[in-house]
Amino acid sequence: MNTGNVNKVILMLALTASCSAQAAENETTDSDRIAAYREMISDGNPAEFDEMRGEELWKTAAGPNQATLEKCDLGKGPGVVKGAYAELPRYFKDTAKVQDLESRLLTCMTSLQGLKEDEIAAKPFASNKKASDISSLATYVVGQSKGVKMAVSTKHPKAKEAYEIGKRIFNYRAGPYDFACSTCHATSGVRIRMQDLPNMRSNKKDAQAAYTTWPAYRVSQGLTRSFQWRLNDCFRQQRFPEPKFASEATVALTTFLAVSANGAKYDGPGLKR
Amino acid sequence: MNAKQIFKMIMAASFAAAILPAQAASLDAKTAEIIKRDFRDKGIAKATRVNQDELQAACSKYVDNVPAKLKHKLEAEQEKAVKWPADGKYMGDWKAGEKLAQSGRGMTWSDKPEDPAGGNCYNCHQLSAKEIAYGTIGPSLLHFGKTRGNTEETQRYAYGRIYNAKAYNACANMPRFGHMGILTEAQIKDLVALLLDPESPVNK
Repeated sequence: MNTGNVNKVILMLALTASCSAQAAENETTDSDRIAAYREMISDGNPAEFDEMRGEELWKTAAGPNQATLEKCDLGKGPGVVKGAYAELPRYFKDTAKVQDLESRLLTCMTSLQGLKEDEIAAKPFASNKKASDISSLATYVVGQSKGVKMAVSTKHPKAKEAYEIGKRIFNYRAGPYDFACSTCHATSGVRIRMQDLPNMRSNKKDAQAAYTTWPAYRVSQGLTRSFQWRLNDCFRQQRFPEPKFASEATVALTTFLAVSANGAKYDGPGLKR
Repeated sequence: MNAKQIFKMIMAASFAAAILPAQAASLDAKTAEIIKRDFRDKGIAKATRVNQDELQAACSKYVDNVPAKLKHKLEAEQEKAVKWPADGKYMGDWKAGEKLAQSGRGMTWSDKPEDPAGGNCYNCHQLSAKEIAYGTIGPSLLHFGKTRGNTEETQRYAYGRIYNAKAYNACANMPRFGHMGILTEAQIKDLVALLLDPESPVNK
C-alpha cells in the first residue's frame, strides 16, 4: 500500500466516524457533514500530496529539452507562481490567446520542455491507476494562490470576448436532455438528489464559494481533481459529447466562472465529497 | 503616427465594435462555431449532440425567457409532435415506475449503448414519502394523484407532460422523455401509474 492509499483509508475511516457520530442528529445534511469533516482535517487536505508532486515536477528537468518549468510565465512574469492562479484565465501576448491555468501549463510544457501537446492532452486527468503530471502541476500552482483575492481581468478585448462567449456556453442548451450548465446552476437553494447546487449565474456568494474551492481532493474518488476535470464531468452529466482538453470553449467557460468569483479569496485546493 | 500604430487603432476599434451589445448576434455565432469545433465523440455521446433544434436554440438565445409569441409557437409545435398511446391507455405498473424514477442513469458517455436510461425523476422531484434523497430543481410531486384524482384527463396530462414537458412550457428544465426517445411508451405509462395509481407510494 502506498502513502496515497494509506492516507485514503485513514480518511475514509475518519469520514465514517464523523458520519455515524452525526447520524444521531436528524436534521444534519450531507453538506453539514462534509463541512464538519473539512473542519476535522483542516490541518491536512490530501490534495497536499498532489501539490508536493506538482512542485517536484515543476522543479525537475524533463522532456526532450531537459528543462524545468521554472521559467514558465503564468502571467506575472517568468517563474512567478505566487498569486498567479487568482488572475487566470488571462490574455497572453505570446500565444495571442486567453488561457486558463491548464492550457497555459500545456504551452510551457511544450515550449520549454519540448513535450508533445497531443500526448499531454491525451491523458490530462488523474486516474486511480496513474497520476497526471499536468493535473499535479495545476494543484501545485493553485496552492500558491491560497488566500489571494480573485482578480480576473476582462480589460483586454479578447478576455472580454472570452467572458461573453463563456456566458453563452453556460446557457447553451443541447443534447438528448436539453440541458445547459444553467439547468442546474442558475437557481439558488436547489439540490440534485442530496447534492446542493451552487447558483453560478446570479448568486455571487455561491459562485465564489464554488470556484475558489476547485481544484479539489474528491474523497469519493481518492483523487485530486483539476478544474478542467470539473468541467469535463459536468458536460458528461449534461449528456454532452466530450469537451476537448484546454479548448477555447472550456477556457471561455472558465473565464465566465472565474470572473463571477472575483473579490473572494482563493481557498483551494479544496476538499469535496 | 506610423502605419503600424494606425493599423493597431483600426484593429482595436473594429474589435471593440464586435463586442457591443448590438453585436450580440455575432457573439452567438462565434459561440456556436466554437462549440461545434471543441466537442468530440466519446462513447455513445456523439459530437453532433451539440447541434441544437429550434427550441433549444431559442431557449439558449433568450436565456429561457422566450418572447410570448415565439414561446406559444414552440409549445404548439411540441404538442403536435406528441405520440399518444395507440390503445388510448395511459396507466402502466407503478412498481416498474418507481424503479425507473429511482434510476438517474442513461445517455452519458460513460453509459453503454445497451444500458437502459432511467427516468431521473428523484434527481429533481420529491415523489414517494419514503424516499428522502430527492432533488428540488422541480416541484414536489408527493400526493400527485391524491390531490388531482385519477381521472382520464389527469392521466393524459401526466403522460403528455412526461412525453414532452416543453409542450406545456417551452423552456422547462425537464427533459422531453418521449420526444427525444429517452423512455418508451410503456415506460412513460409506468411513470404515469407511479404518479396516479392510488396504490402508488406517491399517494400514500
